[in-house]
Amino acid sequence: MDPKALKYSPTHEWVHLDGDIATVGLSKFAVDQLTDLIVIDLPPVGKTLVAGKSFGEVESVKSVNDLYAPVAGEVVAVNDAVAANLQILAEHPFDEGWLIKVKVDSTTLPADLLDFDVYEKKIADEAH
Amino acid sequence: MITPQEPRTPLYDWHRAHGGRMVDFAGWQMPVQYTTIVEEHHAVRRGVGLFDVSHMGRLTFQGPQAEGWLEAATTNHVARLTNGQIQYSLLANDDGGLIDDILVYRMHFGLLMVCNASNRIAVVDQLAKVLFAGKYDAISADRTHEVAMIAVQGPAAAATLHAVAPNAADGLGYYHAKIIKLFGTVDTILSRTGYTGEDGFELMLPSEEAVRTWEALLAAGAPYGAKPCGLGARDTLRFEAAMPLYGHELSATTNPYAASIGWAVKLRKGEFVGRAALEKFKKDPGATRVGLRLDSKRIARQGAEVFAGDSKVGEVTSGTFAPTLEQSLAMALVDPSHAAEGATLEVDVRGRRERAIVVPLPFYKRPRAVE
Repeated sequence: MDPKALKYSPTHEWVHLDGDIATVGLSKFAVDQLTDLIVIDLPPVGKTLVAGKSFGEVESVKSVNDLYAPVAGEVVAVNDAVAANLQILAEHPFDEGWLIKVKVDSTTLPADLLDFDVYEKKIADEAH
Repeated sequence: MITPQEPRTPLYDWHRAHGGRMVDFAGWQMPVQYTTIVEEHHAVRRGVGLFDVSHMGRLTFQGPQAEGWLEAATTNHVARLTNGQIQYSLLANDDGGLIDDILVYRMHFGLLMVCNASNRIAVVDQLAKVLFAGKYDAISADRTHEVAMIAVQGPAAAATLHAVAPNAADGLGYYHAKIIKLFGTVDTILSRTGYTGEDGFELMLPSEEAVRTWEALLAAGAPYGAKPCGLGARDTLRFEAAMPLYGHELSATTNPYAASIGWAVKLRKGEFVGRAALEKFKKDPGATRVGLRLDSKRIARQGAEVFAGDSKVGEVTSGTFAPTLEQSLAMALVDPSHAAEGATLEVDVRGRRERAIVVPLPFYKRPRAVE
């Protein structure tokens, strides 16, 4: 997926909305910051997500980090390949490394999600 | 004149220029990693890695009663040190808890202490108290800001050092030190010490020589895959080797017998701070440091509670996913009745119980070369 066409949460999750299905992943910046990924904990299909609440966690040697739902809805698919092999997330966070697909409650994305350029500026500021 | 600024090691600019991710550590700006923790960890286990440890406290002691002063302040037996020998030791408080763990060197110019960066001020403070109480005829100098310290660690550390300082380490045994002339002119304390579980050396040299030395060692180690390594790998390496870290396995309320470093306490050497309390702890340490191997890959980090059934029997002091052993491992202080090897316990990892087996320490022991 084209990173420029995605929306981002301030906590580094990305969202791509297609009809009423949102694909959710973790940004390359977040993955590069974590490094040394060990294990990821993703919700089961059928789980109801609340926007802004934790839906799982990703752990690296350095730290463990909550994953926050950028949208509300029901989990309809989970990327088991990533859970089995985190290298996929490390190398392709915007494509094969997607995490979950969510059937959204509303096709209007939450207003706090950021466009690519705004997100880029935010992480550039964070890096300094 | 005092120029207030956050302390930086003489390699600070080098770290920044070479991708070091800088973090605050005990007030120092230090690289946690340059590439990934696991890559840097493997470099040390398989070849050689360099660490900037210039943030460690370095204090020198001179005068006719310098030895008596340190004997009173530390738990190990300073008098047993021969010239050029190094001793692992502890500064205990009156209650038998720990102020720091340290190394004491006996050099021809006097005694030298290396302490943790995070405890340097507490160590200086404690030493001053002991000095005033005992009125020892001795002086100390804090050399931390003028002396750089570089660790060269790994199975290829000796070959790497040899390429920069030919034959300098010949005959230098583990926990021994000597003074060499690096590059023919630079006075350097070279010791066979480290905090990784591998063979290796530490060099103390004038700060202005730090960058030249660091780059020479990196170049010399290149055939062995030398990498600059950050605090992240330093922690995973020392963890696998089960070396205690102050603030984790050691603290003001942890006694050395519980932490399995009672061997560094010499109760019969004479009076020293904490002796009476330590004598009691020797009989009843109250806890035992154990290794835990988790079934899950999730990491049981410091503070995670350890259970046997419904009862809490201890707490994790350090945990990580060990890069060499590829397992989620932890060290914990547990009730001695649950410390037997093979015992099955549970660790509460952020609200979820994970099964853990008590395993022997250290987790990792380097293969000994035939000499």
